[in-house]
Amino acid sequence: MENLINIFVKSIFIDNMVFAYFLGMCSFLAVSKTVKTSTGLGLAVIFVLGITVPVDYLLNEYILKPGALAWLSPKYAEVDLSFLSFIIFIAIIASMVQLVEMIVEKFAPSLYASLGIFLPLIAVNCAILGGSLFMQERDYQSVAEATSFALGSGIGWFLAIVGIAAIREKIKYSNVPAPLRGLGITFIVTGLMAIAFMSFMGIKL
Amino acid sequence: MKALRKLLDNIKPHVEKGGKFHYLYSGFDAVETLFFVPNTVAKKGAHIRDAIDLKRTMFIVVIALIPALLFGMWNIGHQHFLSIGETETFMGTFLFGLLKMLPLIIVSYGVGLGLEILFAQNRGHEVNEGFFVSGMLIPLIVPIDTPLWMVGIAVAFAVIIGKEVFGGTGMNIWNPALLARAFLFFAYPSDMSGDKVWVEGMSHLDKVADGFSGATPLAVMAAEAGDKVSTFANGIGNWSVIDLVIGSYPGSIGETSVIAIGIGALILLFTGIASWKVMFSVFAGGLGMGLLFNVVAPESNIFMQMPAYYHLLIGGFAFGAVFMATDPVSAAQTSKGKYIYGFLIGVIAVLIRVVNPAYPEGMMLSILLLNTFAPLIDFYVIQGNIKKRLKRVKVTA
Repeated sequence: MENLINIFVKSIFIDNMVFAYFLGMCSFLAVSKTVKTSTGLGLAVIFVLGITVPVDYLLNEYILKPGALAWLSPKYAEVDLSFLSFIIFIAIIASMVQLVEMIVEKFAPSLYASLGIFLPLIAVNCAILGGSLFMQERDYQSVAEATSFALGSGIGWFLAIVGIAAIREKIKYSNVPAPLRGLGITFIVTGLMAIAFMSFMGIKL
Repeated sequence: MKALRKLLDNIKPHVEKGGKFHYLYSGFDAVETLFFVPNTVAKKGAHIRDAIDLKRTMFIVVIALIPALLFGMWNIGHQHFLSIGETETFMGTFLFGLLKMLPLIIVSYGVGLGLEILFAQNRGHEVNEGFFVSGMLIPLIVPIDTPLWMVGIAVAFAVIIGKEVFGGTGMNIWNPALLARAFLFFAYPSDMSGDKVWVEGMSHLDKVADGFSGATPLAVMAAEAGDKVSTFANGIGNWSVIDLVIGSYPGSIGETSVIAIGIGALILLFTGIASWKVMFSVFAGGLGMGLLFNVVAPESNIFMQMPAYYHLLIGGFAFGAVFMATDPVSAAQTSKGKYIYGFLIGVIAVLIRVVNPAYPEGMMLSILLLNTFAPLIDFYVIQGNIKKRLKRVKVTA
């Protein structure tokens, strides 16, 4: 149990998807104009990560890993399907995003409209694929660990995007030099936020 | 005063729009408003009629910093002469510190105000007074041995990236002085940490008295974290609790003395410039987290067992709580938000100190982190208020 909490906290703060690895930047920069829409996108990312990573974990464990097919019959013990992991992970992610899209369209049409193209684009959000690949690379021991990592990463990403959205709502009233307005200042804000997040680096859990 | 007014009136036509030296207007304006209450009035928007303006607010903060500055100067000399094992008169000690401190202040103000004026000229706004405070804070939160060019670069970073890109004073998200410190910390870690940088001369002099260590109390604590022998009845290391309160231990220039900072805090609170809500809740958060660590501390972890109130005495905690966290621009704006903001600063500062071996001092990063989330805290507090009022309307209707 303690291990799960450690992974969870670590993936929110220390290995934050945005500020430690700079993953998922495209939607992070593009959809962070208001807190409301970024809350929606953040929740969608948590949801997609929370489902895809455990599913990918099971697939990886029982189908893709070298020797994973041994449970079928001993003669498959040598088979290594890990070259398929990218395409299978992406397929899972795409289908999950489709599901989220349908749910959002049905229950929150205004959010659906404001997210626009970025909702289907979660499918190619590097934070999501990154989540699955980190899961594979870090070799988590159980589905529970993979799930807590996925939820933690999602919440970390959520925190980052609502944080920057609140800042962007605030600096709407600032007298930012004209060449920096829009994306320019957002990049600077992201960098400064990452400095602030460095407070957690080096913590060993 | 009258002669000065006359002089300024004589110069004014030349620097105003259309005059020969109109490009110097913002500099002139800065000098004029320094001595006289400007006769410009707010024309639109809701406003309060008050004798105080931004410039006077900032100067009160600078005045509040003076006790910490004076004590810092004495402490520079005190630590220096301790390190070489000599004794010196009170005045001699103070003068030594004064001479070491002045270049830092001059570089900080020179670079910072120069950039401010440059931006003001180019962008056509007034010279902002905000830098008077940041320019005084930056020398106070660096180690005394920091090379002057580093201070210059850090100030330039803070003024340009931390403030001017957001539109100048009052629009920044992060406290510029802390950004300067964080910049130095991450860019030149070897000059910002260790046991030698905190005492003038220690890094380049061979002459060090027997048994003298330039380590700060926090560094001593971090080093002893796994040690079992330490007891806290008499303070930390060689310093008694009284020493920790007075502040005669190595550290960044202005951060050591709780008494000097306390005088500053009283000035700020009495004039109403700093928010007591923020200040109070930072201390409450730090104390609370310290107590929590005391309760859960395992036998082996000395740092966790350290009495909670020590956290408030050592390192930059008090200085950060009084002068940094209360910065009205980068702090949370709503009154409920201020409690949350302050409390989390205290909690996270102590958390980083104790849990993160990479940084013995957590105050700087903790305030920067909460600066990041202050707008978000405000957002949720406001949303909560809106919801509450909507409900009230529904009930009465």
